[in-house]
Amino acid sequence: MGIEQKLGDMGIVTTKLEELVNWSRTNAMWPMLFGLACCAIEMMAAQASHYDMSRFGMELMRASPRQSDLMIVAGRVSRKMAPVVRRLYDQMPEPKWAIAMGDCASCGGVFNNYAILQGVDEIIPVDVYVAGCPPRPEALIHGIVTLYEKVKADKFVTPT
Amino acid sequence: MDKKLEKIVQALQEQFGSSVEEFRNEAHVFVKAEQIVDALTLLRDKFEFELLSALTASDYYPQETPRFHVIYQLSSLAQNITLQLRVPVNSDQLKVPTATRVYDTANWREREVFDMFGVVFEGHPDARRILNPEGMDGHPLRKDFPLGYEEPQFTFNYDDIDLKKIYAKE
Amino acid sequence: MAQIEEVGYEQYKHLVSERALTGETMLLNMGPQHPSTHGVLRLLLELDGETIVNAIPDIGYLHTGVEKNMEAKTFLKAEVMTDRLDYMNTTGNNLAYCMAVEKLVDLDVPERAQVIRVIVTELQRIASHLVFMGAFGLDLAAMSMFLYCFREREHVLDILEMCSGQRMMTTYFRPGGVWRDVPVEFESAVRSFIQMFPKRVDEYEALLTKNPILLDRLVGIGILDGKTALSHGVTGPTLRASGINWDLRKARPYIGYEQYDFNVPVRTEGDTFARYIVHIEEFRESLKIVEQGLEKLKKLSGQPVLSDNRKFVPPPRAEIGVSMEALIHHFKFWTEGFPAPKNSIYNAVESPRGELGVYLEGDGGPKPHRVHMRTPSFDNLSVINKITQGHLVADLVAILASIDIVLGDIDR
Repeated sequence: MGIEQKLGDMGIVTTKLEELVNWSRTNAMWPMLFGLACCAIEMMAAQASHYDMSRFGMELMRASPRQSDLMIVAGRVSRKMAPVVRRLYDQMPEPKWAIAMGDCASCGGVFNNYAILQGVDEIIPVDVYVAGCPPRPEALIHGIVTLYEKVKADKFVTPT
Repeated sequence: MDKKLEKIVQALQEQFGSSVEEFRNEAHVFVKAEQIVDALTLLRDKFEFELLSALTASDYYPQETPRFHVIYQLSSLAQNITLQLRVPVNSDQLKVPTATRVYDTANWREREVFDMFGVVFEGHPDARRILNPEGMDGHPLRKDFPLGYEEPQFTFNYDDIDLKKIYAKE
Repeated sequence: MAQIEEVGYEQYKHLVSERALTGETMLLNMGPQHPSTHGVLRLLLELDGETIVNAIPDIGYLHTGVEKNMEAKTFLKAEVMTDRLDYMNTTGNNLAYCMAVEKLVDLDVPERAQVIRVIVTELQRIASHLVFMGAFGLDLAAMSMFLYCFREREHVLDILEMCSGQRMMTTYFRPGGVWRDVPVEFESAVRSFIQMFPKRVDEYEALLTKNPILLDRLVGIGILDGKTALSHGVTGPTLRASGINWDLRKARPYIGYEQYDFNVPVRTEGDTFARYIVHIEEFRESLKIVEQGLEKLKKLSGQPVLSDNRKFVPPPRAEIGVSMEALIHHFKFWTEGFPAPKNSIYNAVESPRGELGVYLEGDGGPKPHRVHMRTPSFDNLSVINKITQGHLVADLVAILASIDIVLGDIDR
């Protein structure tokens, strides 16, 4: 934007619709209140007083997938849980994003065995991967900010 | 071995003719499958073993027969001692009477052993899988069940594995 | 992708009452994605209006195959898996596993390492109870508790990070001692925590203990008597709230707990409020232990923190450069691992949730033949159907929070 200096105090801002929409999406992105394992505790820590994720427009965690825009897959996804995760993702309204938080959700982590899905990208499309076992809350916040960059670069396309 | 424990082990030997192994001050008493409910009842009522700490199994495939040992780890709060009962079961006769009538905790623990090893507990009120999905084939903790290892991606084999890997679509 | 299966009630027919089959009572699914089930627990509720007739837990949504995976690793490498079981009590799991390995191969631990283990385990217990308090408050609509508790928890995690380099999955304890000595700032950091924390516990009590809304929701809810608890294998604070004084730290002292002066809080009521009070009291007792541990640590300064038995413990870096034997030991240790006798042991410690037991079996080789973790939450949860019957759905949330389950601990 930045045109406001030129316009003075007329109270008008001009911008592209695309940028306005993307800007509004990034500043009120509601993640789903959905934790799986260890990473969920770090996700809670990121929400809590010390790290305070609400600085990035995320103070509201919605327990219902119908009201959320972002799915943070925090922890290992077992083969029993996989259909549930997919169903939750399907229930989220468009536009929606997903972050694979931690090594287990990204690639299976240390659990290379029969019970754990080797990366949640086998069942849902992932936008940002956050490394760490578990990632520090700062790393999660960095992942979210990275996602914002991605959302800001979104282009409107006519649906095919 | 502890004095109090020695007495209990002797009583078990007399009544069930069981053999005993000792390792690092722990007593492992071997009991036949058909005697296990009686042995547990005796231990709970007469010797105050109120707590069934753990119930698990171990697979000795392929070296040994009997193939499985079902393991009952008991604790006595009143006397502050522990005791391990082991029930050897062979793979052609994979049946152990259920201990759910003696200890309530055996309910879930036996379901777990069934899930993981395929040992059937006769008379169990709720014999279903507990941890693995209902439709799964095989019993994961058996030694002939594969770990399910997938090859990790490195720079030298990145493309090969990437081709085979399934990725979800929108 | 795995197929999505419709949840049928066919397999639960024998667990629900007959009224459910005629449609008189309602079957309701709670979880696996639910904010108050502390993870991915699924409960099938049979409801008569809002009263619970049956609450049938369905677990395994976080089944990780840890036990199978540990069999494929050497004794030392398997330790990293134990952290991720009960992820609130990571060092406690390390402790249980390391003690089991030490018992199996008969390995001694230096005294300084024992003291460090006590301090770190008790700090971790405080951190775990803080998460309990936070989640408990959150579930009972006291949101500020969550913010307060996580503020204090950061202090403990900072101390853990100072020792091991990781906030949660520390793997700080190793068979034979601890990874390395605590840093110099350790003592002052713990001291400042000890100084700050008692006031904070008083603050929590001021917020919750006499809060009339909270008391209405807690007192007399979910009563568990001692006999049922023992038969169901319930241990830890949940058992102690039911009037049974059983704490493995007192009953079978390990890592030198017999040298510390502390009490075991016991309540006789067995309800949700008693379980909450036991947790609050344990904060204070753990602090006492940490304080005494610091005094001991001071006396033992400069002593080794890792056993020098080169069969089971790698040599220090400094030695490798100058000693041929050390290099050989180092190489053999990290490539082959150490063999363990062909026998089995069971070792239990008191985790913040109860008796955490490790059944460890060696087969003469460097890998465990069988590892079984006797996890406390598994048995603690199995009692849920008995203690929720006849209560409201809202009470179920309070009861579930009060027995302090961790799904990673249950599903393994």
